Amino acid sequence: MRVNRLSLTFSSLPENVTIARTLVSTLGAQLDLPINELEELKVAVSEAVSNSIIHGYNNDPTNFVTIEIESSSEKIQIQVIDHGCGIADIKQAMQASFSTDPDRMGLGFIFMQSFMDELHVESTVNSGTKVIMTKYLNQSNPSSH
Amino acid sequence: MIRGKNWITSKIYLTTCKERATMRKKIERQTLHLFLQGELDMNNANDLKVAIDTDIEKRGIRTIVFHMDDLKFIDSSGLGVILGRYKKLVPLGGKIQIQNVPAHLYKIMELSGLPKIIEFLPEKNHNKKDSNLKGEKK
Repeated sequence: MRVNRLSLTFSSLPENVTIARTLVSTLGAQLDLPINELEELKVAVSEAVSNSIIHGYNNDPTNFVTIEIESSSEKIQIQVIDHGCGIADIKQAMQASFSTDPDRMGLGFIFMQSFMDELHVESTVNSGTKVIMTKYLNQSNPSSH
Repeated sequence: MIRGKNWITSKIYLTTCKERATMRKKIERQTLHLFLQGELDMNNANDLKVAIDTDIEKRGIRTIVFHMDDLKFIDSSGLGVILGRYKKLVPLGGKIQIQNVPAHLYKIMELSGLPKIIEFLPEKNHNKKDSNLKGEKK
């Protein structure tokens, strides 16, 4: 099976959220994802990268976030990796309306969970976080929705 | 000055990506109409928040109508701004309305729970111009 792998490491700057999202969106379009699924993929990536910048690095722009994408005719798997503060309690962080900032909704993980077929989070405090999200393509896995 | 016609129209430039994220606003008495354009995410969410809060505090805005016709993308950073303004306005006796959400953004709106607390208005007025034009052709 033909597999495409992309990796991009970028500064933890807000404008790079757009770049990461656009990259994934372009790849998704090449794989003929329908527009609503493309939109969902963009939201999931946006949330993961925003989390790394806002929470992982506390908005410090001098760090780096890496996005690794692997796609085939079966699925797209996206990893978003930071070396930030990590998440002490992943279960709690993944609950709705858990956010350390009152103006934020705490919906990042909910969106990732809802819009992707699989979501896996690995995190070590003071070492970093890796979010692995998978979306299965087309008819091969229709029951996953 | 003609009463009821005292619209203040201006553009808010959200800093980072000016071309993608300019936004028109109109103020009519205590109502702020915001016409969102482009992509609303952590790039520009804070600029939008500051712009709205300034209008709430300095111009006494109590109703905000978000017109979303031309919004291309929104994530939780953008939705957080709307929720935050809701939390700010309710104790002041104010309210928020959201109008013309594009179909591809509706699912994220629904998941966020905003439709449970904020009034979503269907398409209104905007397309009247078009239908009027069509009507005139008769």
